[in-house]
Amino acid sequence: MREIEVIEITKAVIELVRRANLLLRGDVLSALRSAYRTEKNKRPKTILKAILDNAAYAKTEKLAICQDTGMPVVFVELGQYLKINGDLKKAINKGIKDGYKKYSLRNSIVADPLLRGKPEFSPPIIHTDITGGNKIKLILLPKGFGCENKSQLKMFKPTAGIVEIKKFIVDAVISAGPDACPPYVIGVGIGGSADYAGIMAKKALLTKISVKNSKLEDDLLKQINKTGIGPMGLGGRSTALAVKIKKYPTHIAGLPVSVNISCHALRSASVIL
Amino acid sequence: MKKISTLKIGQEISFSGTIYTARDQAHKRMVEAIKAGKRLPFEIKDAIIYYCGPTQTPKGKIIGSCGPTTSLRMDEFTPLLLAKGLRGMIGKGKRSKEVRDAIKKHKGVYFVTYAGCGALLSRYVKSVKKIAYFDLGPEAISKLEVKDFPLIVAIDANGRSIYDKD
Repeated sequence: MREIEVIEITKAVIELVRRANLLLRGDVLSALRSAYRTEKNKRPKTILKAILDNAAYAKTEKLAICQDTGMPVVFVELGQYLKINGDLKKAINKGIKDGYKKYSLRNSIVADPLLRGKPEFSPPIIHTDITGGNKIKLILLPKGFGCENKSQLKMFKPTAGIVEIKKFIVDAVISAGPDACPPYVIGVGIGGSADYAGIMAKKALLTKISVKNSKLEDDLLKQINKTGIGPMGLGGRSTALAVKIKKYPTHIAGLPVSVNISCHALRSASVIL
Repeated sequence: MKKISTLKIGQEISFSGTIYTARDQAHKRMVEAIKAGKRLPFEIKDAIIYYCGPTQTPKGKIIGSCGPTTSLRMDEFTPLLLAKGLRGMIGKGKRSKEVRDAIKKHKGVYFVTYAGCGALLSRYVKSVKKIAYFDLGPEAISKLEVKDFPLIVAIDANGRSIYDKD
């Protein structure tokens, strides 16, 4: 059994906080550059230029790409042959709190959703999965709430057709319109249960944009980009940079579909220890 | 301020002057204050509100990342503020019909600025002073002095909206 001390986990999480919040993902940058080339009109081009300049400026000046440094979501893939010495959850929480403080990010988390109160840096949401091996993988996705607010879930009938499902996904993007910082990346979870479809939709945002699309993903992307919403919702060809879908077996009585929209500042970072 | 009525949707301008940050909870409090007959933390007449909650300020910087947040969450509070003299708003995304009507009635303006570009926008902020609701953390009201802050007119004084293609 391999062993690891929790202090190593905390240190790794602090570094993930820096990478995820100050550096835009390489695949997202490439997709934005390609969107810039695709746009023909001045307005969408100017906006995409500002988005690219913003990423460059954030990197040099060590500033957060977006002031909404999100609800930190941590995906843990824990190898069953790894022994962790100490409290894993506390170690992750501390890494988030210390990292957000260290890099002057935003304290956007209220302890009580109803009473609200003074915002803090933590806690994050932690999703844990058990895997083989003796390592631990930590993925941080700081999820801004302008786009999180546009998430949707629909429990379809098992007899629903693909046309209906596609319409639901495209309509979710249309209803987000200009509000959630397009061009978007659309995460979709199909199958499982209500809760699991939601997690899959969010996890789909971690898929590299450069990974080859399925036919369904391609069809959806084309349909979404035909809406003409465009960067900042002010018109253009690039309403979404990508559509990524995750699927899971489901029950004979149902067909859950969840849509999780990400703004163009799709940020995540991962490490294996 | 006279110039505001001449602005047209889609027009890009560089704004230099004073703006106040306020978002969800600050709006709720301001509206409660007005209804209770109390004073607002700043002179609302002819003021411009920026829907923004910046990050913490890194050492050596004037402000951290400070882009706009989604405007529609402020819609239920906006008409009353416009009636009290609020002149301009900066945010991102669409507004309700009630807000558009109120903007037209009171000859105000709604701007959008580069959304998700908070690092870049910090360059245009020359000074920051927290003035009220400190307990709200990033949602406290701050007075910002900005220079050449990039804005796009999204709803003009005639109530026309840039998002209105329908």
